[in-house]
Amino acid sequence: MADQNWVENDEPLLVARSLSKSFGRINACRDVSFSLYPGEVLAIVGESGSGKSTLLQMLSGQLAPSAGHVSYRMRDGVTRDLATLGEAERRFLFRTDWGFVHQDPAQGLRMAVSAGANVGERLMAVGWNHYGRIRETASDWLTRVEIDVARIDDAPRTYSGGMRQRLQIARNLVTEPRLVFMDEPTGGLDVSVQARLLDLLRSLVAELNLAVVIVTHDLAVARLLSHRVMVMKGGRVIETGLTDQVLDDPREPYTQLLVSSILPP
Amino acid sequence: MTAMIDIADAQKTFTMHLQGGIELPVVRGVTFHVNPGECVVLSGPSGAGKSSILKMIFGNYRCDSGRIGIRHRGAVVDLAIAEPRQVLNVRRSTIGYVSQFLRAVPRVATIDVVAEPLIVNGMSRADAQARAGELLHRLNIPERLWQLPPATFSGGEQQRVNIARGFISDLPILLLDEPTASLDAANRAVVVELVAEKKRQDVAMVAIVHDDEIRHLIADRIVDVTGFAAAA
Repeated sequence: MADQNWVENDEPLLVARSLSKSFGRINACRDVSFSLYPGEVLAIVGESGSGKSTLLQMLSGQLAPSAGHVSYRMRDGVTRDLATLGEAERRFLFRTDWGFVHQDPAQGLRMAVSAGANVGERLMAVGWNHYGRIRETASDWLTRVEIDVARIDDAPRTYSGGMRQRLQIARNLVTEPRLVFMDEPTGGLDVSVQARLLDLLRSLVAELNLAVVIVTHDLAVARLLSHRVMVMKGGRVIETGLTDQVLDDPREPYTQLLVSSILPP
Repeated sequence: MTAMIDIADAQKTFTMHLQGGIELPVVRGVTFHVNPGECVVLSGPSGAGKSSILKMIFGNYRCDSGRIGIRHRGAVVDLAIAEPRQVLNVRRSTIGYVSQFLRAVPRVATIDVVAEPLIVNGMSRADAQARAGELLHRLNIPERLWQLPPATFSGGEQQRVNIARGFISDLPILLLDEPTASLDAANRAVVVELVAEKKRQDVAMVAIVHDDEIRHLIADRIVDVTGFAAAA
């Protein structure tokens, strides 16, 4: 897939070192390490219960690891351990430099306020206060995610599932984040709606040079969007590599099972 | 002369875990090189491992051992041990691959499918589309189809879109997996011309071609793959 603006010798944006999480006697995630570079899309694949959502929660600072560290290179160029960030700093990061696209748009949107306000709210949170400019930027973003601007004053509860998901993406991207976490962004959508959303995500990611960590159980989504893939099973990363390498030449028994379970198109 | 591709003793075996861990040897002892401006054609019967070798050179299949040396921006990268990021960089600026089938993205117009490799490397959309248009013209894809996604095209049309996409960039290495398989005589001739032009631009090529006539027209050297057959 496209990876423009990709610099060869840059520094990682996000680094996970030996991340583990246990809930009582259950080890949800064990010893996961990787680096993510600007503009790079990493897919985490595996079945339910493999630990991929737990990992995403730790990477995005929403869940404290039992062991290990996550560090992030802030906009000022300084790399910080997420555990040392104060609550206010962490929230600020989430409102500006990070995005989080939930599987269920209702979790990432305010369903009862207008679409324009949903997008504008993120801008106001970073200090924008000129109503006209906020509305103009919100309209631009609605257009970019292919939502008719005539619907700007309608609340997302009046939107279809696909529109809601596109609105959630606009709300996340309006502050020009460098890193976006996505948790099964196409789950629960009709196949035709999925294709449109994937295509939109693919071009936005390339255009904005976004780094993305995307959790999905759908290998077709991983193939279309990601550069690299990590396969998880039982809380461990069992195979990792270039996406087409892992999908076309899988080595581990479990990865071979996953790949062979895809129905031919 | 410095080789663009230098493969030494490369080996590949598939282990089929779902079939009781059967080992399926594909190739071993793969050793050959390709110079700039040269087209090496891999020969051998179906199943001899020609496509697998091409995929190993592209970094799509992993090597069990050996070396896949690729001259990339003046240095040699061994794709057999390269990091994913390195492989992606090599693909973006050094190696192009024309597969047998187009993996089309839904909704993207043909002209943009073809222009994309140039845009990714920094060319303006308008210039890239102009180049894409020239190539589509040469490959006899009528202009009225350019704004449509290629998903609904015939097999031969899709392959020509794929060829246009593969030949559009100025990459120093091109891998061609049966580029003329479903083309008529006129379009096969265009592909032969395109290969000749790439040679004049010093592009190193590795091709798989079943058609004897085409092979004769494009091959500077033939590497017989049966010598690399891995005895089971």
